Amino acid sequence: MSNDSQTENAQQFEPRIVAFFCNWCTYTAADLAGTSRLKYAPNVRVIRIMCSGRLDPQFVVKAFRDGADGVLIGGCHPGDCHYQEGNYKAYRRYALFQSMLKHMGIEEERFRLEWISASEGDKVQKVINEMTEQIRALGPLKLTSVPSYRAQEVQLDLAGVGVEGELL
Amino acid sequence: MSAFDIQENGDFRIGVFVCDCGINIAGKVNVSAVAEFAGTLPNVVVTREYKFMCSDPGQELIQNDVKEFRLNRVVVASCSPLMHEATFRRATAEAGLNQYFFQMVNIREHVSWVTENEYLATEKAKALVAAAVRRVKVHRALESKSVPVNPDVLVVGGGIAGIHAALTIANAGKKVYLVEREPTIGGHMAKFDKTFPTLDCAACILTPKMSSVKAHKNITLWTYSEIDKVDGFAGNFTVRVKRKPRYIKEEDCVGCNLCVEACIFKEGKFEDEFNVGLSKRKPIYMPFPQATPSVVLIDPETCLHFKTGKCKQKCVEVCERGAIDFNQQEEFKEINVGAIILATGFKTFDPHRISEYGYGVYPNVYTSLEIERLVNASGPTQGEVLMRDGRKPKSVAIIHCVGSRDRKTNAYCSRVCCMYSLKLAHLIKERTGAEIYNYYIDMRTPGKGYEEFYDKLLQEGVHFIRGRVAEVTNWAMVPSEEDKLIIRAEDTLIGVARRVPVDMVILSVGLEAHDDAGEVQRLFNISCSKEGWFLERHPKLAPVSTFTDGIFIAGACQGPKDIPDTVAQAGAAAAEALAMVDIGHVELEPNTANVETVMCSGCKTCISMCPFSAITFDAENWRAEFNEALCKGCGTCVVTCPTGAAQQHLYTDDEMYEEIEGVLHYV
Repeated sequence: MSNDSQTENAQQFEPRIVAFFCNWCTYTAADLAGTSRLKYAPNVRVIRIMCSGRLDPQFVVKAFRDGADGVLIGGCHPGDCHYQEGNYKAYRRYALFQSMLKHMGIEEERFRLEWISASEGDKVQKVINEMTEQIRALGPLKLTSVPSYRAQEVQLDLAGVGVEGELL
Repeated sequence: MSAFDIQENGDFRIGVFVCDCGINIAGKVNVSAVAEFAGTLPNVVVTREYKFMCSDPGQELIQNDVKEFRLNRVVVASCSPLMHEATFRRATAEAGLNQYFFQMVNIREHVSWVTENEYLATEKAKALVAAAVRRVKVHRALESKSVPVNPDVLVVGGGIAGIHAALTIANAGKKVYLVEREPTIGGHMAKFDKTFPTLDCAACILTPKMSSVKAHKNITLWTYSEIDKVDGFAGNFTVRVKRKPRYIKEEDCVGCNLCVEACIFKEGKFEDEFNVGLSKRKPIYMPFPQATPSVVLIDPETCLHFKTGKCKQKCVEVCERGAIDFNQQEEFKEINVGAIILATGFKTFDPHRISEYGYGVYPNVYTSLEIERLVNASGPTQGEVLMRDGRKPKSVAIIHCVGSRDRKTNAYCSRVCCMYSLKLAHLIKERTGAEIYNYYIDMRTPGKGYEEFYDKLLQEGVHFIRGRVAEVTNWAMVPSEEDKLIIRAEDTLIGVARRVPVDMVILSVGLEAHDDAGEVQRLFNISCSKEGWFLERHPKLAPVSTFTDGIFIAGACQGPKDIPDTVAQAGAAAAEALAMVDIGHVELEPNTANVETVMCSGCKTCISMCPFSAITFDAENWRAEFNEALCKGCGTCVVTCPTGAAQQHLYTDDEMYEEIEGVLHYV
């Protein structure tokens, strides 16, 4: 740890990405990336779930709301799910939720689903590096990108449903 | 964090234990800084840094601190939970806490090993520790579920691995089902003449084991059968086996072969699978003389009765036992087993893929497996080395690493080819006196007696040329090359491009995973490496276990290996399976879903989500009912529940939210 690297890092925007990896494929792949000593961007915080089918869209909302710049979901390849079809459910929820996020002004690069099998440590590296770069280019997540003429109206709507001031 | 948990647990007293893992973690992560940071987190009363937390003194440290500081929660930041979660849970339990009042943080595989920058690695570790500290507070006391185990074992694949595993388990007094897809057990080993380096006759050591399988009272042998469906979990699998029709009543056939002789086809006319196409068989045939079970079969693709319906059915006439049954149908058997061993083996590399070696173009280019049959005393030429034109070769080239150590095909070393090439060189030299040229990249002969065998071949006057062969061609440039196959290669030891004319070329093909390994992987819910080999749980510490409890792997389906290694692994897999079924019960992770009845609105959404039919509807009380025995703990029902009534143990919404907040708000 050196002061140099600290200042160096402070100059650049470092995205915060929360990743939800399924226990059987992607979490194991991330372990494999580790044992293979593949280096990747340190911006990802991995949270283990048993199956990508456990990924509640509310977790994504929660992560964005709490300051994540991106959310990554990792699951088994189609047909390989340890629980038969959890990854298909994850995919459906992902597709639906992605389109909602887009309408909320959250770029699609910020929410990503990848199938990564237990043997694809290199894919963990590739996906995380790619996503980190993409989000770095996008900049920090701004949740208040509402056109000004609509801003007031939206604020009112949101007040009505009990969300405090921010658009989500 | 819900109010409920605070009330239940009162004052939190958390201990955080950060592991150096030698320098594996400490080399990149500033472990003391992480421990110091953890000490500043709410409710953390003690933090420790230790060289090897998983060691006995490390575990003792945790246990002493639990007592001394009256800890009620434990967080260990070390390696992957897939590696040591069980170890630390046990340590937590032995200290007198519920083992699930523990949370593990992966700062080795997910931090120190994958991060370049030391400062950022340390920060990442802190974030993960903070998340665990928050999460562990909402953990609940759980009991792991213990369920009875079915003592029977299923072995899939009847090669030497499956045979050895089945016999070991059967000898221990357990019932074994051995399922083989081909009409006979024996696998690849049954095709070999000799085995390296001892030159043991393969049949002499294999066939007695094959007969003991057949005769063993504890083994149910189903050949010409495939696994159709697998349900259940460790200790209680339900497996459906498809028995393909062989059009012979297995229990009535005595293997007298009279039907084969009587067949309307006087000579064999169809490619003989066992002799890899080097000889012809009839539509009704015995795969090879020592086939086990010793039962013939009919190939409906070539049998006149099936093709035209006009055959005189001589086979039926001669069979005194009436064993032939043209109306036999596919049959399904359902069995219950506690453990499964997969020993499905390998296939050899198809050299058509390397067109410059001329396989399939020049008749005298053979694969090593074809040569195994040619030198085999029970093979198509009774062991005489004759080429397709009937001549004895005077010179033979053996090309190593065909489909191995080659980025265009397979990057890995197939491990057995150097040794079997030496064996074939010895056998051909012994039987024909031919000049033999081995083209190798590196000679790889690690193993008991292997290097000595290589040395013996050098003494015997076999030629070894170091260089990858560029091309096999019949394009003669000088008269001595006429009617020969010319090997073009650079001899890298003398730095000269050479042309060597030979009569016969043997391609030492590598080992590959079966084409349908992916289907088998899905059927049994295990993982494959990129090359298609079944993935072991840990390459060193759990080499025959898979990520799916109760399913073990043995032999070349896990990766290329020779017979001694295969047998050793089969023994290991048998021991693991026995250890599981013999104890009589299995502990299951309590990560099942449950429902908070008062909150369930009876919307039934979760019922349609469950792939295991673990949720039913209780119409009287208008709510969902969860069957924990059927639940496998994926948690997808929790996501769909609109009221939050459905929750998954170990992955409750509270726990997930705490973890999300933790990784993002750690400072």
